[in-house]
Formats: sequence, C-alpha cells, structure tokens
Amino acid sequence: MEIKKTSLNKLHQINNAKFVEFAGYEMPIQYSKGIIEEHKFTRSHSGIFDVSHMGQLFIYGNESLAEELEKIFPLDLKNLKQNSSKYSFLMNENAGIYDDLIITKIEEGFLIILNAACKDKDFEILSNLLSSKFKMNLDNNRSLIAIQGPKSVEILNSIINGIDQLNFMTGNWFDSDNQKLFITRSGYTGEDGFEISISNDKAEKFVENLMEKGAQLIGLGARDTLRLEAGLCLYGHELDINKTPVEANLRWAISKSRLSNGGFIGSKKIIDQMRDGSNQIRVGIKPEGRLIAREKTKIFDDKDKQIGEITSGTFGPSVKGPIAMGYVDKEFSKVDTKIFLEVRGKRHPANICTLPFYKKNYVKGLN
Amino acid sequence: MSEVKFSKEHEWITLEGDVATIGITKHATEMLGDIVFAELPEKGSNVEKDGTAGVVESTKAASDVYTPVSGEVVDTNQAIVDDPSKINEDPEGSAWFFKLKMKDQSEMDNLMNKEEYDKFAKESAS
Repeated sequence: MEIKKTSLNKLHQINNAKFVEFAGYEMPIQYSKGIIEEHKFTRSHSGIFDVSHMGQLFIYGNESLAEELEKIFPLDLKNLKQNSSKYSFLMNENAGIYDDLIITKIEEGFLIILNAACKDKDFEILSNLLSSKFKMNLDNNRSLIAIQGPKSVEILNSIINGIDQLNFMTGNWFDSDNQKLFITRSGYTGEDGFEISISNDKAEKFVENLMEKGAQLIGLGARDTLRLEAGLCLYGHELDINKTPVEANLRWAISKSRLSNGGFIGSKKIIDQMRDGSNQIRVGIKPEGRLIAREKTKIFDDKDKQIGEITSGTFGPSVKGPIAMGYVDKEFSKVDTKIFLEVRGKRHPANICTLPFYKKNYVKGLN
Repeated sequence: MSEVKFSKEHEWITLEGDVATIGITKHATEMLGDIVFAELPEKGSNVEKDGTAGVVESTKAASDVYTPVSGEVVDTNQAIVDDPSKINEDPEGSAWFFKLKMKDQSEMDNLMNKEEYDKFAKESAS
C-alpha cells in the first residue's frame, strides 16, 4: 500500500525532517535539532506537532445519539456540556481496549479523535454499533495540529483572538482566514496547549504563521518522550486489546454515574475490576543509574519470579534520567517497591514511582 | 599516531605503538540521534575482532558497539559514561570509547581509510 502523507509533508521536508513510517503515514520523527532539543523547547517555549494522521470522526445527531453512544462509552454523555471533552475508550465485551480517544460534545453531535493506527477499524466498529440514522464522517479533508508548551497560548491567541478563554478539556469553533477551525485546549505532552482542526488546504499556511511567531516544529520522537514524562499511555504500548482501563490505572476516566447500572460494552468486567481490583496494574518505573529499559523488558522481584513487563521506556530529557512505564502484579505496585529489570542478560535495580514523572502545567478553572 | 581507519560498523580506530583507540564515527552519531547511555567493556577484559564491546542508546533505540580489532582493554573513557551527550559533541575526538592492546596489527589492514569510509557511509545511508 502506498504511504500516506499529511498536508504538512512538504513543510516537514523543508525543515529537514527525518521521516519514519507510522501507521501507514510518512511522519517526521525529528528535525535537525534532535529529540532532546525539541523536547526541551516544547517544555520551555512552544512546539508544533503534526497529528493529522489521527482520525477526526464527526458523528451527527441529537440527544438520541448521546443515548446510543452511552451504550458504547463509559461516560455520562447525556450530561456532557457542549464544547466539553472527555478521555475515553472503545472496548470489547471483556473491556479490552480497541482504542483510546477524546470525545467532544459539539453542537451538531460529537467529535471523536482516534489513533491513526486504529481509526479505520474504529469507524467500522462504530458503524456497526450505531444506527444508520446517525451520519458519520471520518474527515480526511481536515488536518490536526497540536501546539504545546507555555508560550502556546500567547502565540495562538495572537493569530486567533479569544482562544485564551478556553479551559482545559474544552473547545470551540473559531474563525480564521475565512474558515472555521475547531480548537480544543488539550494535548498529550503534560503542557498547556491546543489542538486545532483545520482544512487541509489551509494547514501549511497556518503552521508557517505559528512558526513566524516563534513556535517550532517538533517530531514524533519528542512527542513520545514528552508523553512518557507526563505519564500518559500510548496505544499499542500501554494499551491494547488485552488490557482494560482498570488494569491501565485509568479508573478516573470511567464516569462514576455509569458504574451502578453499567449498560456499556465491557461494563460487567469494568464494574468487577473497579470493585475487586485487577491482577496486574500499570505503574511508573525509575531505573537506578542511567540504564534505559525499553519496551518488552522483563521485570523481576528480588528472587527469580517474573512479575511484569515494561511497555515504554526511554530517557526523560526534562527529568534528566531514564523513565519507564509497565505492568506489574498488584502486590508489587506500591510506590518505592524495589524491582529488577533484565537488560542484555543482567538484572538491574529499579523502583516503582508515582506518575507523572514530570509535573503538569495545565490551565484549569480560568473562568 | 597512525592514519585513522574505519570499520563497516561505523567505528574509527587509531594506533599508537600497539595501543589502539576506538570510538564511533560522526556519521554513526548522526544516524543514532541524541545519545543518552553508554556502556563500555571492562578494563582487563579481552575482546575479539567484530565482537560486541559496548552499547550506546539514543532516545530512540539501543545499538551495539563492535570492536574492529582484537585485544585487551587497557583503558575506557568514563567521561562518556557520565555524560553520554559528549559522544554527539565530539565523536571522533575526546569522546573515544576504549583503548586496546592489540595482538595482531595486521587486523588493521582490511579497514577503510577516510575516503573509502565516507563513500561507504554515504552509500549505506541512501
């Protein structure tokens, strides 16, 4: 199959991107400055991320749509305020995760942001679950651009006045350059920031405009170190069809009001696990010294028992040391528990730690 | 000091008397990206030509470091273990990896000179 390109591909090339294939798309892993500089620039200033490979699924409908979607997602969607966003999951009957996503109530219905590698399958699953009276559009005509970091609000507001009034996890339509942009205050880096849905033909000029104001393009490499420092899950690593939201330590994303009656796909398993706990759970892990433990690294107790596995591991440029996340047996999940990581045939000490590794700077309760 | 020679695994090597100094090339560091971890062979250990003699890790992945010649490890560069970013800064100078007392200097004969290596690196990158 031919590799897909986003509407910013040419701009990435001009800016000396190194490309990788990601979920069928040619995406920039880094630009000339490299992952560590890009990471630090995002934390101190403002980074631009092309996330146009992600799915933007618009589902049109009124209150009956919210009711139908509540049979799928563990959220209180009937009471979700217009322009508010929630993090959630598409699950199977065993609460295994098909995808993690952000769902936003918009005037016309709902907008769901899906992972690139999952979006086509998600569309198929949702089409089969929802009545055909609700029109669905996995919109390939729109790009998605994230701008993240402390200077992002100032930079974006100088182009689109009023975005500084958005609270974290809310969005709205804004006018710019004779077209409507849907902008949410959100992101996946642990920084304050925004995600902008914009038509493909306007995306390049819009990003060039952000760059003129001082923001810089950041690749997927730094996106990964940023999200890992922020303790955020990445589908295909922390999350997959064999993991449930409770095992992934994402209980907070399940609406409490949905736990008494269930009625969503996977609800029986979720309710059982919320009550009884799960055998394994996702934790933060800090290796001692400088050792990096990558995905699939086996985790042992102080004897010879394997107690889990690493799902993501790297060097955290802002925490200035190695960091990892993984799953361990429940009894080893307490903070400060000493564990051992098998790297290149040797066991190295590490400790269970609290997440995130890097403290968030989200803007809350502005208004 | 001898002419700098290069291996297909992107190591450089110089010889002074019977002691070889070995590091990784600038081209290698550009391929790897930001290096954040380095592991070196133990002093006093013996390493074999084309065998593993260390590890470097970038933010992206781990890579083995091979030795282009055999010998006994007589010195290692602790400075790059303490601050691996030095490898990106000066890979073919102060950020050498280890020194070997060579057994058989003819092992140097089949290595590439600078011109040959630059051509090889360019071709292997494309």
